[in-house]
Amino acid sequence: MSQLVRELSNKINEGNKLPQFASGDTVSVHFKIKEGDKERIQIFQGVVIQRSGSGATETFTVRKMASGVGVERIFPVTSPFVEKVDINKKGKVRRARIFYLRERKGKAARIKEKRF
Amino acid sequence: MSGIIGKKLGMTSFFDQNGKNIPCTLVQAGPCVVTQVKTVDQDGYSAVQLGYGEAKEKNTPKALMGHFKKAKTTPKRKVVEFEFDGDVKLGDTVDISIFEEGEFVDVVGTSKGKGFQGVVKRHGFAGVGDATHGQHNRLRAPGSVGAASYPARVFKGMKMAGRMGGVRLKALNSRVMKILQEDNVLVLKGAIPGPKGSIVTIEK
Repeated sequence: MSQLVRELSNKINEGNKLPQFASGDTVSVHFKIKEGDKERIQIFQGVVIQRSGSGATETFTVRKMASGVGVERIFPVTSPFVEKVDINKKGKVRRARIFYLRERKGKAARIKEKRF
Repeated sequence: MSGIIGKKLGMTSFFDQNGKNIPCTLVQAGPCVVTQVKTVDQDGYSAVQLGYGEAKEKNTPKALMGHFKKAKTTPKRKVVEFEFDGDVKLGDTVDISIFEEGEFVDVVGTSKGKGFQGVVKRHGFAGVGDATHGQHNRLRAPGSVGAASYPARVFKGMKMAGRMGGVRLKALNSRVMKILQEDNVLVLKGAIPGPKGSIVTIEK
């Protein structure tokens, strides 16, 4: 993609309104859900395990354990359905994609917290 | 019907208010200069000729140079004629303000050349079904092209392998999603013919 297309693409996507977060952080994603003509907000809380893509097609993956089963959800960064993202915890990890979390459970799946 | 000349920049996507991801093409359109106004009295039909893109003087024929000089403008890369609604005079500039968000436009361009292609890609033939079960090397073959001693020839227009692409195409009813006035860029829904950087004309 050329530089010009990337710039214009950012322009029509009205910029990135989400706060800065990276893999290893624990976040709550407030996701709008439409049921018929009613709208409600669902909160998905978990660990960000990757950010992927750039510009209009950038996404992030959030993983959580729901009653013993791992659940992963991919959210587009520019989607208007992502109402807001709260950062609950900053995690200290050494790689951008922490897929090793998938093989770990319980105590082994902890992530060190970043202190400021 | 009015129109404008532009350049295809490339594709991107964005989310609309309903949360739908819209694939779209960015087209740098105009500003164009009116290089000639044709009237019924003088030319037998009415039309407006527009010029787009800068060309070097040394690459422009003398005859065309004189034509541009009449409109008091610099030499242009592409000149196209449109039936035009609205009043324009020789030397006027036309920009994307003639379009509105949400309206439908037709885009004319030259499609990407694909070279010599077989019937499966060129005409959508299904090819031979099986790859195994004794199938020999005839996977993408066209099959029969006609009967035998009568008519004893292949009918004209039979779909066969050959040159594909590189022809003038018109994409109908592409919706104008957004207009970036200061960049002279139109955001059109879906794909339009041609490679990036190619000249297209947009009609409404």
